[in-house]
Amino acid sequence: MSTLHFHNARLIDPETGTDAPGTLTVKDGVILGQDGKAPKGATLIDCGGKCLAPGIVDWGVKIGEPGERHRESFRSAGLAAAAGGVTTIIARPDTLPAIDTPETLEFVTRRAQESAPVRIRHMAALTKGREGREMTEIGFLLDAGAIAFTDVFAVSTETKALSRALTYARSLGALVVGHPQEAALSKGASTTSGKFASLKGLPAVSPLAERMGLERDLALVEMTRARYHADQITTAASLPALQRAKAAGLDVTAGTSIHHLTLNEFDVGDYRTFFKFTPPLRSEEDRQAIIAALADGTIDVIASFHTPADEESKRLPFEEAAAGAVALETILPAAMRLYHGGHLSLPALFRAMALNPAQRLGLPQGRISEDAPADLVLFDPDAPFQMDRFALRSKSKNTPFDGARMEGKVLATWVAGAQVFTA
Amino acid sequence: MAFRARHLLGIEPLAPLEITSVLDLADRYVDLNRRTVKQSDVLEGMTQINMFFENSTRTQASFELAGKRLGADVMNMSVASSSVKKGETLIDTALTLNAMHPDLLVVRHPNSGAVNLLASKVNCAVLNAGDGRHEHPTQALLDALTIRRAKGRIQRLTVAICGDIAHSRVARSNLILLNKMENRIRLIAPPTLMPSGVDAFGCELFDDMREGLKGADVVMMLRLQKERMDGGFIPSEREYYHRYGLDAEKLAFANPDAIVMHPGPMNRGVEIDGDLADDINRSVIQDQVEMGVAVRMACMDLLARNLRAERGRQIVGTMV
Repeated sequence: MSTLHFHNARLIDPETGTDAPGTLTVKDGVILGQDGKAPKGATLIDCGGKCLAPGIVDWGVKIGEPGERHRESFRSAGLAAAAGGVTTIIARPDTLPAIDTPETLEFVTRRAQESAPVRIRHMAALTKGREGREMTEIGFLLDAGAIAFTDVFAVSTETKALSRALTYARSLGALVVGHPQEAALSKGASTTSGKFASLKGLPAVSPLAERMGLERDLALVEMTRARYHADQITTAASLPALQRAKAAGLDVTAGTSIHHLTLNEFDVGDYRTFFKFTPPLRSEEDRQAIIAALADGTIDVIASFHTPADEESKRLPFEEAAAGAVALETILPAAMRLYHGGHLSLPALFRAMALNPAQRLGLPQGRISEDAPADLVLFDPDAPFQMDRFALRSKSKNTPFDGARMEGKVLATWVAGAQVFTA
Repeated sequence: MAFRARHLLGIEPLAPLEITSVLDLADRYVDLNRRTVKQSDVLEGMTQINMFFENSTRTQASFELAGKRLGADVMNMSVASSSVKKGETLIDTALTLNAMHPDLLVVRHPNSGAVNLLASKVNCAVLNAGDGRHEHPTQALLDALTIRRAKGRIQRLTVAICGDIAHSRVARSNLILLNKMENRIRLIAPPTLMPSGVDAFGCELFDDMREGLKGADVVMMLRLQKERMDGGFIPSEREYYHRYGLDAEKLAFANPDAIVMHPGPMNRGVEIDGDLADDINRSVIQDQVEMGVAVRMACMDLLARNLRAERGRQIVGTMV
């Protein structure tokens, strides 16, 4: 492979927390270093003063293979990811059937490698069929390449079974991803309780259901000493429990979704189903608290929770419509709202979108320092555009940002030094 | 013309003047309905389809009668929600109906917001006859007309709404309407049946019924919506009746000339004492039913006028 020399770049380095002009040299798909001279024979890439950052590591992407390829395939998700600056997809096992055996995992791993231009790693189900009763073959799945274990949004109410799965996972050093939610309390809810839900007459759940779910999971972690990551923390009430667990030295991290950082419950407006999420959008106070928790490090990861849904499953009354949104192509411009709003710096954003998820998952990505894989995104944080959902590369077009004015355009994306996207 | 809306989806989008214009016209229809010959021709040649995804006798009959008295061709479609779930989606049903060129579509649906969704897909005027726990605008309008005729005004009154607020679209629409018309509103319910955050809408909340009824001019009782509850909201019907059922003793806390209302159907002995409901000196429950037909006639008349005007503009547009 060749040597690349990026110059005239604004380097966003989440490791050092710097945002400064510089150059970056890449040889054979690996970063040689910053601010060196261009090696002889290197291909020069003029970044035009735009931002060069580690590619996004998006933790929790739903792809419709197997079972729902009409919603999203590895190919379409990969193209969308490349266009969105996402160089590593951490895929969810909530497929049909669930990825709960080494055979299924091998199938999706092969399919992903054949079809997608970006890296795809798979999480496997923690319990068979994601039913919360019997643990999967965690050992075999680890051998087959499972990067973490999760039942995604299916919350086990069988606490004993869950504690056994956590204990077993602990012995193998496997990372378990939980969805903090009190299942019985949130059953049937499609909004967060409060003024908006009452006005619209929608079934709602108290934001405290998240804290209750988190407290249970954290108690189980304390009991079993498992490695645990909470997929989405979206309410202020959950934060003290999380802070306590971290202070007590438990091996715990937490993420949140880009939608809960940039939208609130009132965005649902006139029953717009593209704004229906799991968990539901929260109050503005909660949104602000979660942004602050990202800034102070209580929350570690921002992910898109890309969830393709076809038109039919969204063109229903709000209560019955599918939850979730496609986001591989919108995570970066949405994140720029936090940057332009003065809430988070670019290095802080890429720490949450690239460095932290990669480190937690034991991946070498997320960095632009020596020996890191040359997974890079070049973007203009200020370029304005109006989002048109039909221009998305995802097979499904369910984005809440349709028609929204956004800033931040991906100009080019590289995976292991090979260019996979150019605007 | 003060009433400009294309659909009647809820009270929320209406301006106070629009509400008054509905009530004024409805007053005239009350007179018409009391005559022997009740026929009018304002909807002549128009087709009205009543589509009820939730069982209803009273509201459907009221809309049917209203349409027939105005000269419309009325068709009733009872679409049990289970049969819809078997295949056809709401939007497909709407598109199918739309192809039949109805002029007025009256819709009731068990999901909040479903009527809004349907209205966005059809060319005719849509009347919300109740969607989930969201709104039931004609009920609020008929309640307003009943109050105005009994009290002589629909402003500066103290109105107590009592009972199963959480599951009630009637409560929501009434709360919004009475707020727009500048009344003092009190919500009385056990905490399990009080939706969260409603105090933000400008009303006072009570869980003690006697306290809440003090000084009320209007006492609006709500039906305990057993079919919307999945258990455990109240300990028992007898305890509910003891604490929140309206009887003469509790009504004595309200103003001496306070009127008693109920949207029906009533659970006698659960939320209201049977004798009190029949007391013609206090209860206006039968008046509400009468006003219901008149208000629905007024709403359909006004929507039909707007529909004609819109189509007239379209025709002029094509000719130019």
